[in-house]
Amino acid sequence: MTHEEIVQAVKDIIHTIAPDEEIGGLNLTDPLRDQIELDSMDFLDIVMELRKRYGVQVPEDDYKELATLQGCADYLSPHLAGHKLATSA
Amino acid sequence: MTASTPYDTILIGAGMSGLAAGIRLAQFDQRVLVLDRHYLWGGLNSYYKREGRRFDVGLHALTNFVPKGTRGRPLTRILRQLRIPYDSLRLGEQHGSRSVVGDTDLHFGNDFELLRGEVARQFPTRATAFDGMARELEALPFDVPEGQESARAYLTRHLGEARLVDLLLLPILFYGSPTPSDVDFPSFVVLWKSLYEEGFARPRGGIRPLLDALRSRYLELGGELRMKAGVAEILHEDGRVQGVRLDDGTELHSERVISSAGRVETLSLCEETVAATCGPEHAGRMTFVESTTLLDQPAPDLGWTDTIVFFSQGERAVYEEPAEAVSHASGVICCPENYAGQEPETEGVLRLTLMANAEHWMAMSDGEYLAAKEQAWSKGLETAALYGPDVRKQVVARDTFTPRTIERFTGHLNGAVYGCPHKDKSGTTPLEGLFLCGTDQGYLGIVGAMLSGVAMANRHALLPA
Repeated sequence: MTHEEIVQAVKDIIHTIAPDEEIGGLNLTDPLRDQIELDSMDFLDIVMELRKRYGVQVPEDDYKELATLQGCADYLSPHLAGHKLATSA
Repeated sequence: MTASTPYDTILIGAGMSGLAAGIRLAQFDQRVLVLDRHYLWGGLNSYYKREGRRFDVGLHALTNFVPKGTRGRPLTRILRQLRIPYDSLRLGEQHGSRSVVGDTDLHFGNDFELLRGEVARQFPTRATAFDGMARELEALPFDVPEGQESARAYLTRHLGEARLVDLLLLPILFYGSPTPSDVDFPSFVVLWKSLYEEGFARPRGGIRPLLDALRSRYLELGGELRMKAGVAEILHEDGRVQGVRLDDGTELHSERVISSAGRVETLSLCEETVAATCGPEHAGRMTFVESTTLLDQPAPDLGWTDTIVFFSQGERAVYEEPAEAVSHASGVICCPENYAGQEPETEGVLRLTLMANAEHWMAMSDGEYLAAKEQAWSKGLETAALYGPDVRKQVVARDTFTPRTIERFTGHLNGAVYGCPHKDKSGTTPLEGLFLCGTDQGYLGIVGAMLSGVAMANRHALLPA
């Protein structure tokens, strides 16, 4: 997956776990928590969905890398190199 | 008996907390099994049919009501975690409730200003103190640490006036205290927020659509549910859980068991050395007799306009295990028709909850038991008539449940509704792999039960992965 596709993959996951949030206008660099309502329970869901959809294991110590969409793309890029963007489950 | 493929997690109890935990785990592809000894799911919140009429158990009110889209509150958080759309619950807000101690009434509803105004009107010298206290409580999170001060001590320190303290405390005690006359500060904060800052609502149709939504979501996700499958023993070796043995001898294996049966009740399923760490003397004692009375016309048409009335007849708020089988000194009357947007009914419903002494009910012969139920109900309607219209000539059907019924259908010792006095938010036990959710883990009410299941599933069954 390209960086753009990873960003799309994370946005798809956010849409699944928080369908009422507006994800169209999310920017890459501000913390997701400052842009929409996401608590620690929701971050766990992002991680769990990444595992479910792409088989990526994110250790708890690395959750902080997922704070922004850019961070997600950078961190997940090596893990998702061989994957195709999945549609929402 | 036959060994089987191990489950990722086995959940004991198909109540609100167990089903919520099951949904979380099945959602992330765990092989999960929910077991319950009873044939109906729901635990302390359930429903049944008798002679073609539907009766609900539990749910007077879904506390923690917030409007759709409200952020960071328990109701919206659990719905997101369970991926249940807010609108599917079709929540109707209460018309209005009151707390009555002696001859003083305090009205409250889902708008906190109503309560503030009532305090200012009836206790003008305490209005400023009340506002300060309310602001302080509003600023606290839902999970404050255990403190030295109890709810009563806190209220008394701020308000001084005993009657006002009792009026505010009565609904809080009846809706969640495992201890007599008072409640610990963390539980008080949760209940204050759930009852007064947030408020009461009812899903259209009562507990049934909510329970059915949980159950079908769980099953759709591939979760397994076995009713009439009681756990006789929790299997463990070297301090680690290995699975369960059912009443019929079947052994099921899993390295993780989450139980909503209660702390004492769960540990009693383990070997003696483990069971002895929390014996039956630690079980809760707060239990109730509750009757549902169906009327020949809607209760609002007969003049019942309150949603819920919490009453105490004497000069103080009474919340304690009575010396006799049932006490009419205090109680709760709920009229489920007095929520917005309910289905039009041809018959009215009044529910009455009274404090009970479990030992009395357990010791009765069958004949005594039936007579005592009948008496608790008929005197109950007489008591209810002190707080609303007398409906005794309008009765078409009724049913009463007692501590004995609660213990039989939920397995909770003494029929204790709010669990044991000592809550442990960690949900851990002396056994590795055995965790608790539900009332003894420390969250309260229907939303609290679901939150408990979600939180324990997240912490103990999803995070380690």
